Amino acid sequence: MATTAFEPRIVAFFCNWCTYTASDLAGTARLAYEPTAPVIRVMCSGRVDPQFVLKALQEGADGVLIGGCHPGDCHYQEGNYKTLRRFRLLKRILSQFGVEDERVRLEWISASEGDRVQHVINEMTDQLRKLGPWHARS
Amino acid sequence: MAEKPKVAFYWCASCGGCEEAVVDLEEQILKVVDAVDIVLWPVALDFKRRDIEAMPDQSIAVAFINGGIRMSEQEEWVHMLRKKARIVVAFGACAHLGGIPGLANLADRRRIFDTVYREVPTQEGQPGTFPQESSEPDGNRLALPAFWDEVKALDQVIDVDYYLPGCAPPPKLIWGAIEAILTGALPPKGAVLSPNKACCDDCPRKDSKPDKIELTEIKRPATHVADPDLCFLAQGFVCLGPATRSGCGNPCIEGNMPCRGCMGPMDDVFDQGAKFLSAFASILAPKTEAEIDRLLDQIPDPVGTFYRFSLPKSLLHRRRPGATV
Ligand code: SF4
Ligand code: SF4
Ligand code: SF4
Ligand code: FES
Repeated sequence: MATTAFEPRIVAFFCNWCTYTASDLAGTARLAYEPTAPVIRVMCSGRVDPQFVLKALQEGADGVLIGGCHPGDCHYQEGNYKTLRRFRLLKRILSQFGVEDERVRLEWISASEGDRVQHVINEMTDQLRKLGPWHARS
Repeated sequence: MAEKPKVAFYWCASCGGCEEAVVDLEEQILKVVDAVDIVLWPVALDFKRRDIEAMPDQSIAVAFINGGIRMSEQEEWVHMLRKKARIVVAFGACAHLGGIPGLANLADRRRIFDTVYREVPTQEGQPGTFPQESSEPDGNRLALPAFWDEVKALDQVIDVDYYLPGCAPPPKLIWGAIEAILTGALPPKGAVLSPNKACCDDCPRKDSKPDKIELTEIKRPATHVADPDLCFLAQGFVCLGPATRSGCGNPCIEGNMPCRGCMGPMDDVFDQGAKFLSAFASILAPKTEAEIDRLLDQIPDPVGTFYRFSLPKSLLHRRRPGATV
């Protein structure tokens, strides 16, 4: 029986003003990290509709990562507070749906924290490898 | 006289309220009876499965099917009705979205059987005696339909032409649908037969809904008496009006109960619960994780509250089988 090693797929929604810039910085600084998280750039973490997260899981993602500016630093003032409130409520719903805590993550990463992008994606990839795919393991 | 169009009513995992809704057409039901030939209506008239089986395919003008689908027998019936009917209407929230029975998708067949046949204190007979799909008491073989692990909305089982939303659909919409079918004035296939705008737009309290709400407390009808005139959300009650389709006539609001979302989402919304969640989280006041969590503790069952009628049609459909969290 052939088994292919499971490689998690993470959908990353990064805010244009901070986390996306940080991932750019990680690139120019040639920080190596897992190629598991294609990034979708959004103008603010507050743009991430909870439906996007569920849709990603439904369509086969094993995890979802949302990156935004640190509290107080949102380019649109309040966007990331809204994100935090939605996220805390979404997490409660996800756990009722049986989604493990590690699969959906929110991180505040400023434009200068390229190493943090590297660390978070590596760590999350590792955790998801242990958890296995989101869709029915048979 | 030309033959009258044939109409079928059928029920699956339902409460009977949708049947009641047809009776609630009152004298208009006589017009229906005049205009059509009812060939199937298990709640009111005695027809057998073989009567329908014997009918030619496509010979029924319209089948109104209510209830969610959770058993093999229901699946067989709706497949048969799909063959026999030219138009299938998902009638009521349960057929449209999975409805109240669909909340069972937070559990699975085993959990449900354990609760019902083993754990409930009112269990009589021998706890742990489960229904069997096949058994042979005294040498007679008996069969029961298979009970599924999950509840499905009608369009997750067969092709559906139209949806009559609501728990139960309001008589005005039912009559409108029947008229449209009889006169051939139907919208494009797949339409939900109710206006595509938010419940808030028709709400008698909408003028008291402020532009900006900042909640520091979440109230429940079980623990707080609501002001009879003010917008529920502004008072701190969970009211699904912003994420729910209009057309019901706002009976709950009139009865001083917040909207629970039975008309389902508007077009272009994938997931009614997430849509509401998004709007609701935006009107909470706290900004720190600890304060937000303290406020959210006041919603004991978020899935049951936000997906009360729509869990099977949500993006994730159900709690993941075998989940450990
Ligand atoms: S939609 Fe409501 S009234 Fe109709 S069967 Fe379902 S629970 Fe009953
Ligand atoms: S939130 Fe509820 S009470 Fe307020 S306007 Fe909308 S439907 Fe009416
Ligand atoms: S107010 Fe809400 S819950 Fe009540 S009938 Fe209308 S849509 Fe359904
Ligand atoms: S602009 Fe970065 S979180 Fe709002």
